[in-house]
Amino acid sequence: MSTTVSNAPPTGNDAMAAPRQRGYWGTVGYRLRYDPVTLFFGAVLLSVILAAVFASWIAPADPYQESIIRRLKGPGYMGHILGTDELGRDMLSRLLYGGRLTLLMGMVPVVIATLIGGGLGVVAGFAGGIVNTLIMRTMDVFYAFPSVLLAVAISGAMGGGVTNGMIALTLVFIPPLCRVAETATTQVRNLDFVDAARATGAPLRLVLWHHVLGNVLGPVLIYASSLISVGIILASGLSFLGLGVKPPEPDWGLMLNALRQAIYVNPLIAALPGIAIFITSVSLNMVSDGLRSAMDVRS
Amino acid sequence: MFGYILRRLLSAVPIAFGVSVVCFLLVYLAPGDPVQTLLPPDADAETVAQVKRMYGLDQPLPVQYLTWLGRVMVGDFGRSIATGRPVADEIFRSLGNTVLLAGLSVLVAFSIAFVLGTIAGRHAGGWLDRVVTGVAVVGVSVPNYWLGIVLVIIFSVEMMALPASGMGDGRFDPTSWEHVQYLILPVITLSMIPVGIIARTTRSAVSEVMNQEFVTTLRANGLPEWRVLRHALKNALPPVLAVMGLQFGTLMGGSILVETVFSWPGSGFLLSKAILTRDIPVLQGTILVLALIFVFTNLTVDLFQSSVDPRIRRA
Repeated sequence: MSTTVSNAPPTGNDAMAAPRQRGYWGTVGYRLRYDPVTLFFGAVLLSVILAAVFASWIAPADPYQESIIRRLKGPGYMGHILGTDELGRDMLSRLLYGGRLTLLMGMVPVVIATLIGGGLGVVAGFAGGIVNTLIMRTMDVFYAFPSVLLAVAISGAMGGGVTNGMIALTLVFIPPLCRVAETATTQVRNLDFVDAARATGAPLRLVLWHHVLGNVLGPVLIYASSLISVGIILASGLSFLGLGVKPPEPDWGLMLNALRQAIYVNPLIAALPGIAIFITSVSLNMVSDGLRSAMDVRS
Repeated sequence: MFGYILRRLLSAVPIAFGVSVVCFLLVYLAPGDPVQTLLPPDADAETVAQVKRMYGLDQPLPVQYLTWLGRVMVGDFGRSIATGRPVADEIFRSLGNTVLLAGLSVLVAFSIAFVLGTIAGRHAGGWLDRVVTGVAVVGVSVPNYWLGIVLVIIFSVEMMALPASGMGDGRFDPTSWEHVQYLILPVITLSMIPVGIIARTTRSAVSEVMNQEFVTTLRANGLPEWRVLRHALKNALPPVLAVMGLQFGTLMGGSILVETVFSWPGSGFLLSKAILTRDIPVLQGTILVLALIFVFTNLTVDLFQSSVDPRIRRA
């Protein structure tokens, strides 16, 4: 796909002079295309997600099929590419299927928290006054818990399980997202163009949607993207503690815990689920960092 | 300064109040009747009635909260369902072990990360910077409960050099290898995330200071580079120390996974056992104490920052 558009790195001044201006998202996409590190980790991430989504097509075996005689065998044993777990189930299949619940439990809370926390933050920032105090001081209370502790506290009290774990993680992520949205909104609200829009009689709905949200969305989304890796690590951590996914469902955190006894028999198998979590969270962090610098219009 | 300290102290009161409300409500998040969560499942009707009266569970919620708060204020967190011992005893017996683990981990993390971050900040944009930034990303991306297992596999299972879990017998003696060897793997594991975070903070603080005019002036005056760096580091240190303080609070509350991996008898391990046995009084008490420690640490860091940087007080 070659176009005749100038390929010089766009700056604010250039963009104004150029005959065809690249939009904001065009600039972001352009920068990402020339960032090999982000592209590489983006590809890794995409493969992890696709592998989880299409697990039922890719998986070589039934992830629930146990075998007493084939327990804790190493990679390559009788067609088990990555060996078998403590109940003789195929590791590769369980890792592929396990990605589904792990990714779901890590990502869904971030999405919901972005909607709720971001919404609350915009309301708090735009309304100011008593509404702001009320919302932000409530958030301060949840800020007073270290994130791991809060997640464990809520899901531990509620009795574990996937749904309770996701509720707990959502509550963990709402306060920081709310704070980011509130800060961004407060900054935008006091800018002249918002006053100008309101002075010309633009309805509040339009000002919020167009002028405020347009400027708040960037920082909120960047921050939310950095939270997904935390979400995956916390979600697996909850399952590791027995608070998330319940056996026999495959999940990376739960598998890591179940295989802890196996470190004396087959250490490589015991370490595999953690490698999956690690690769996913490194990729997420690298992609999020790449997005951050690509979306930073000042640089 | 005094006025600022007073204001900051007072602002922590509503937070602590909110934290206590959240911890109080944890019992009501649990499925079923709160009485059942406070008692062993085989408790007879008489005990149930007695506990109901004792906790005032027949009273309206705000009254219940105040009753609970009154007990907590004098250190009565109820009794553990699993052991029958007072929760306060259980917490304070384990808390010291977590302070030891978290404190050492933060110190180790700081020593490593400050050097790494300084190197990266001095050569911002260079290949050394990229290497350190990579190390930092790995540090914050590693699930530490997995790192712990890998370290156990390498050093305990394969090399048989270090113990895999626990803390040794008898009173902990920091001068004897018999005891210190139990600390090594948990400390390395727990310091991984703070290494990443502190290295990033140091890097940006150092690279910012190195671009300031006084550094140019020092260089123009012909000062040797190591003395220039000493001046620069003095200016970069406060935000790094602040982050280190915050990390201590985070580790105090966040060591549950690592303590579980190593069966380290701290408050996190206590919490993880309480979850498995559904010991809600222990869960509630431990979380309250750890959250209050977190609030107190953050407050201390704030006051420290304002004492070295007077600009914060005016904000």
